[in-house]
Amino acid sequence: MQTKKQIVVKACVIMVLTLMIAVPALAADKVLMMATTTSTDNTGLLDYLAPYFTKATGIELKWTSVGTGKALKMGENCDVDVLLVHAPSAEKVFVEKGFGVNRREIMYNDFVIIGPESDPAGIKGKNVVDALGAVRAKGAVFASRGDNSGTHKKELSLWKATGAAVPEKESWYVQTGQGMLATINIAAERNGYTMTDRGTYIKYADTMKGNPPLKVLVEQDEILLNQYSVLAINPQRCPKARFDLATAFSDWMAGAEAQGLIRDFKLLGKPLFVPNAK
Amino acid sequence: MDFIFAGFIEAIHLLFGGDGQTWSAVAATLKSSSGSMAASLTLGIPLGFVLGYFDFPAKRQVRLLVDTALALPTVFIGLVVYAFISNRGPLGEMGLLFTLTGIAIGQTILALPVVVALSATAVESMDRHLRTLLISLGANRRQLLLSSLWEVRYGVLAAGLTAYGRVMTEVGISMMVGGNIKWHTRTITTAIALETGKGMFATGIALGLVLIAIAFGVNVCLSFLRKK
Repeated sequence: MQTKKQIVVKACVIMVLTLMIAVPALAADKVLMMATTTSTDNTGLLDYLAPYFTKATGIELKWTSVGTGKALKMGENCDVDVLLVHAPSAEKVFVEKGFGVNRREIMYNDFVIIGPESDPAGIKGKNVVDALGAVRAKGAVFASRGDNSGTHKKELSLWKATGAAVPEKESWYVQTGQGMLATINIAAERNGYTMTDRGTYIKYADTMKGNPPLKVLVEQDEILLNQYSVLAINPQRCPKARFDLATAFSDWMAGAEAQGLIRDFKLLGKPLFVPNAK
Repeated sequence: MDFIFAGFIEAIHLLFGGDGQTWSAVAATLKSSSGSMAASLTLGIPLGFVLGYFDFPAKRQVRLLVDTALALPTVFIGLVVYAFISNRGPLGEMGLLFTLTGIAIGQTILALPVVVALSATAVESMDRHLRTLLISLGANRRQLLLSSLWEVRYGVLAAGLTAYGRVMTEVGISMMVGGNIKWHTRTITTAIALETGKGMFATGIALGLVLIAIAFGVNVCLSFLRKK
């Protein structure tokens, strides 16, 4: 007869063995490693596109989603084969330095400036430059990502567009060093403004049952467009990078199938990205 | 607040509904943590024993270093390991980046000081009279070592469990070295970070509960080692 102890021991051994063996091993010999930004992953776009890509090309797509700064660094260190990022000026420097090749624009989405309905600085409906000028003049709380991400870089470029320095040390300028959603929450807690990508805002509004404390106040300014591009890692610099697979991915993303899929991708019923590959 | 309750319900669904992604993350967590625990116990117990049992010059300084290493931040370990195993790093040829093995290496660095420091403390607090007693009973040097080791087994077990707790719950190393790649290196903790970033707080809570359930399972499995 088995004692209770023996049963527990056997159950434990079986549990460990099952877990060690039963692992979904998707063994494809053609594996493309991509570094991308959190926005493409957090919106679910890549989960949606990857199976179509594998079906069309037989290539398995693996990706790690990090801030744009880190994604570019991983490309520089030859740790990935391809990048899907959104920081055009940093990307151009990346190509100039010989780290990446064949930069190709794929799609864009846009940023919005959000703030409390009471709008203490009165920015609603203004263009970006006037709106940020009003925030600065009023000293209203403005939450910034402060994490060197693509979104943070975009926000810094907006401050520069106002013609004055970035309010780095002002007490009303809150640098969170956290993700977009956390930053929105901090802005909401402080009754302040922030700049966010539209996708994160749609999700945020949805979690607030469609009645978020922060509303879109500034949008549709050309300066708020957010261009995503694919870059292959320079094979001359990184001999191990799979340039052939990276090119296949770039071609597929710019092709009719993927562009159509991107157009049809919706988050909570709202379109998120506009395909614009040439 | 309501997402905490929703998370509890979802945890049950994830675990028993056969959710492939959750089980893949569970397997990744168990594999990397088992690897790192095997390595850190194999290296750490003898080192801890030597540090606690023998007297040698600079012992206090070594102890100080080990105790300081207890405070190594996980993101820092992740960054250092990444620098070594990145394709342009000194160990880049081995292809360890974005693998569970890479994560296990980082976690070993995290767990080793815990195992060494706590087993050394266990050996130090062993009854000093035991040694005299064993010698008077005619034990040779080897028997003396083995019986001392046997005597501190509970302390060593506690060291292992503490290290296991740190390894299971760390997120910095898994994120930096593993890259949080779906189906491959996504562990439970990096999945929690991802779901939280997506605003899926309930799923994050659910995964946290899954992690606690595993820790409970491991402790149940080890509890028979505790009592005779």
